[in-house]
Amino acid sequence: MKSELHEFIDELSGNVRSGRMTRRAFIEKTLATGISMSAAVALLDACGTSATSGTGSNLVFWNLFGGGDGARMIQMENAFQSANPHIGLQSVTLTWGDPYYTKVSMAAAGGKPPDVAISHMTRMIILAEQNLLDPFNVDELASVGITQDNFLPALWQKAHYNGKLYAIPLDTHPFVAYYNTEVCKKAGLLDANGNLKTIQGPTALMDALKSVKQVTGNYGTVFEIEGVTPWRLFYTLYSQMGAKIFSPDGKELLMDDTKAEQVLSFMTDLTVTNKVAAQNIDYAGSVALFGSGKSGFLWNGEWEVTTFQTEKTPFSMAPFPLVYDQYRAQADSHTFVLPRQASVDSTSRANALQFVSFMLKNSYTWAQGGHVPAYLPVANSAVYKALKPQSNYAGVAPNVVFDDPAWFSGSGSRLETQAAGAFQNALNGLGTPAQGIRQFRAFLQKMLAIKLPF
Amino acid sequence: MSDVTMQAARVETSAQARRGKDRRWRTNLAGLGFVLPFFIVYALFLIWPILLGLRMSFFNWTLSGLGSSDFLGLGNYQQLFSDSDFWQSLGVTLLFTVISTPLLIIVGFGLALLVNRAIPGQAFFRTVFFASYVLPVSVVVLIWSWLFQPGFGLIDGVLTDLHLPSVGWLSSPNIALISVIIVTVWWTVGYNFLLYLAGMQQISPEMNEAASLDGAGSWARIRWITIPLLNRTTTMILILQVIASLQLFQQAYLLMGSGDGPNNSTRSIVQYIYENGFTTFRVGFASAGSYILFVIILIVSIGQFSLLARQRRNA
Repeated sequence: MKSELHEFIDELSGNVRSGRMTRRAFIEKTLATGISMSAAVALLDACGTSATSGTGSNLVFWNLFGGGDGARMIQMENAFQSANPHIGLQSVTLTWGDPYYTKVSMAAAGGKPPDVAISHMTRMIILAEQNLLDPFNVDELASVGITQDNFLPALWQKAHYNGKLYAIPLDTHPFVAYYNTEVCKKAGLLDANGNLKTIQGPTALMDALKSVKQVTGNYGTVFEIEGVTPWRLFYTLYSQMGAKIFSPDGKELLMDDTKAEQVLSFMTDLTVTNKVAAQNIDYAGSVALFGSGKSGFLWNGEWEVTTFQTEKTPFSMAPFPLVYDQYRAQADSHTFVLPRQASVDSTSRANALQFVSFMLKNSYTWAQGGHVPAYLPVANSAVYKALKPQSNYAGVAPNVVFDDPAWFSGSGSRLETQAAGAFQNALNGLGTPAQGIRQFRAFLQKMLAIKLPF
Repeated sequence: MSDVTMQAARVETSAQARRGKDRRWRTNLAGLGFVLPFFIVYALFLIWPILLGLRMSFFNWTLSGLGSSDFLGLGNYQQLFSDSDFWQSLGVTLLFTVISTPLLIIVGFGLALLVNRAIPGQAFFRTVFFASYVLPVSVVVLIWSWLFQPGFGLIDGVLTDLHLPSVGWLSSPNIALISVIIVTVWWTVGYNFLLYLAGMQQISPEMNEAASLDGAGSWARIRWITIPLLNRTTTMILILQVIASLQLFQQAYLLMGSGDGPNNSTRSIVQYIYENGFTTFRVGFASAGSYILFVIILIVSIGQFSLLARQRRNA
C-alpha cells in the first residue's frame, strides 16, 4: 500500500513539475484519495535513503549494482556482516551511470560522503582529478592483505593517479562472445570437445557468421545497436589495430581516421552488406534474440551469464575473436574508492579497508556473475578455473583495453553515447562509415576544446 | 483600497483611529505569520536556487564546486550559441512542441466528443481514455519500447504479417521523434480529454436542442456551439500543453535507453542541459542553457496570457 501511495504521489508531483497539472489540482487529488499533505510529504521523505556517516562503528558503502550483480553484492555484504558483527554495514544502492556519479561527486564535495564506494576504473580518474577521492595508504592496505603482487601489473598501474593509489580493483569486465552451442555445432564451428574453434581475422570471422546465419535462418551474431555497445565493439577492433584515441594525458586527439573508418566499415559489412548481424535492435532485443536461438553469437559484456543460465539457453562463452593485428578487448573494472572526507574517522577508515579486503577475498561469489576477479589468489584458484563458462575468457584480462582517459570518457560517459550515436547510422544503413567517423571526430574536437577548471 | 481607508480615517476621532491602527497592525501581523512558513520554504527552495543558477551561469562552475570563482562573463552563453548541438536540440524541442500540441488538443477533443453522448459503456470508455494518464512514465515507456521492438515487437509483427516493410521506430533518425510523439499523445491525452469533457458537460443541452429544432446537423452543432463555447478551455489547454511540451525530457530519455536517439534526433533541450550538468558535471554551462530555456518559456507564456486576456475582454 505504501509503495502504491508513493508511486501515486510521485506521479502527481511529477505532473506538477512538468506543468501538466496545477498545484491546486495536485492538492485536490491527494485530498481526494485521502492523503493529507503531511502524509504526502512524509512519503516523499521516506523515498530518500538516509546515509548518516559514522556513529560508533558504522560503515557506509555506496554502489551501483542492480540485477544479478546487485543480488550477489548483497550476498557478499551479508557474509561480511555475519563475519564482522561489530561493524554496522549500511549499504546504499543507487541507479547506474549518471545518477550514481552525480551523487558520489556531490557527497564528496559536501564533505560527508560514504566511507567507501564503487567506481568504474575509467571514472575514478575523473573523480581524483577533481580532488574528490582520498588515496589509499599502501601500508594500511598491506596490513589487511592487499598488496601489489595480488593484482595484474597493468591493472594495478591503472589504479593510480599522479603516483598515488586511488582504487582497489574488484574485477575486470571484458567485451566477450557468447555462443549458442547447438547452433555453432551445426555450423561446424566446434571442436571435438564441444568448444568454439579459434576464429581469426576478418574473413574467417565473416565466413563463420555466414555459416551460422544459414543454421539459424536469422542472424549470425547480434549486438545492441541503440546503446553504447557499438562503441565497445568499435574500440575493441580499433585497439586490435594498435591505435589510440587520445594522448595519455587525455588532452590531445590521436585518432587515426583511416583505421577508424576501416573498423566501422567492417562493422557495417556485418549489419548492412552481409546482413549477418541485426540492425536497429536495442539491448533487451539483442539478449532476447540470442536467448531464443535466433542468433548463434551475442557480443556483449560478460554480465548476462546468469540470464542465459536461468533461461537454460544452450550456450557457452569465449573471448571476443582476434580480428586484426594484436589481441585486445574493450573492458572496464569495478573498483573500491574512498570518497574524500572532510575529516577522516580512523575507525571508519579501518572498517572500510577490512570491508574491501573481505570483498576481494570472497570475490568467487562475484565471479559467478561473469566478472573476472581482479584478486589473483581468487582468479588463480582451482575452484574459479572450474567455473564454466566464466573462466573461459579469464585469460584475456592481461590484454584488455580501457577507454582512453579524458574528462568526458569512461563507462556511461558522453564519449561512449556520442560515439555509439555517431556509428548507428552507418550500422543501420542510413549513412556511410566515413560520415560516422567525421561526426565522432567533430564531437571529440569540440569536447577537447572546452576549458575546465581542473 | 488605501483611498477608502484614508477617507474612513478622516471621519474617525483620534482615539478611534489609534484603536483601528492597532487592530490593522495585528491583522497584518497574523497575515504575515500565516504566509511566512510558506515564504521561507519558497525563498529557500525556489527563489534562492534561481538566483544562484543565474550566478552559476557566469562561472566555470562544476558539480563538485570547483571553478566557482572562475568568472567567464558571458563565456558560457557564447559557447552555447556557437554549439551546433544546442541549436539542434532546441530544434528537436520546438518540432516536438509544434507537432504534439495540436495533436494532443485535437485527439483530446475528439475523444471527449465520442463519450459525451449516451452510448452503452460510457463510463467504461471514459476510464479507458483517462487510464493511461495515471501510469508512471517508466511503465509507459516499458510498454511502448516492447511494442516498438523490431522483429518481434507487436507493431512490427503486425506489419510483417501484412507484408508491409518493418519500421525502425526507435532506430531511424526520421521516425524516432514521431515515436516519442505517439507515446506522449497516448500517455497524456487523457488530461486534455478530461478538461474537454468537463467543459462539454457545462454546455446546457437546451442550446443543442434548439439548434436541432432549427435543423442544425451534428457537425453544425459542433462547429457553431461546442467549439466556440469551449474556447476558454482550449486556450487554457494550449497554454498548459505548450509549457509541458517545451519541457520534453523524461519519456524521450527513457525510450532511447538514456541516449540521445538515433543521430541525436530525440535529444531535447532539457536533455542537452541535463547531459552537460549531470553527465559532464558542467553545471555553470548547464545553468546558462536553463536560463535560455527559461526566457523562451517566459516569452511564449506572456504571449499566450495576453491572448487569454484579450479573449476575456471580448467575451
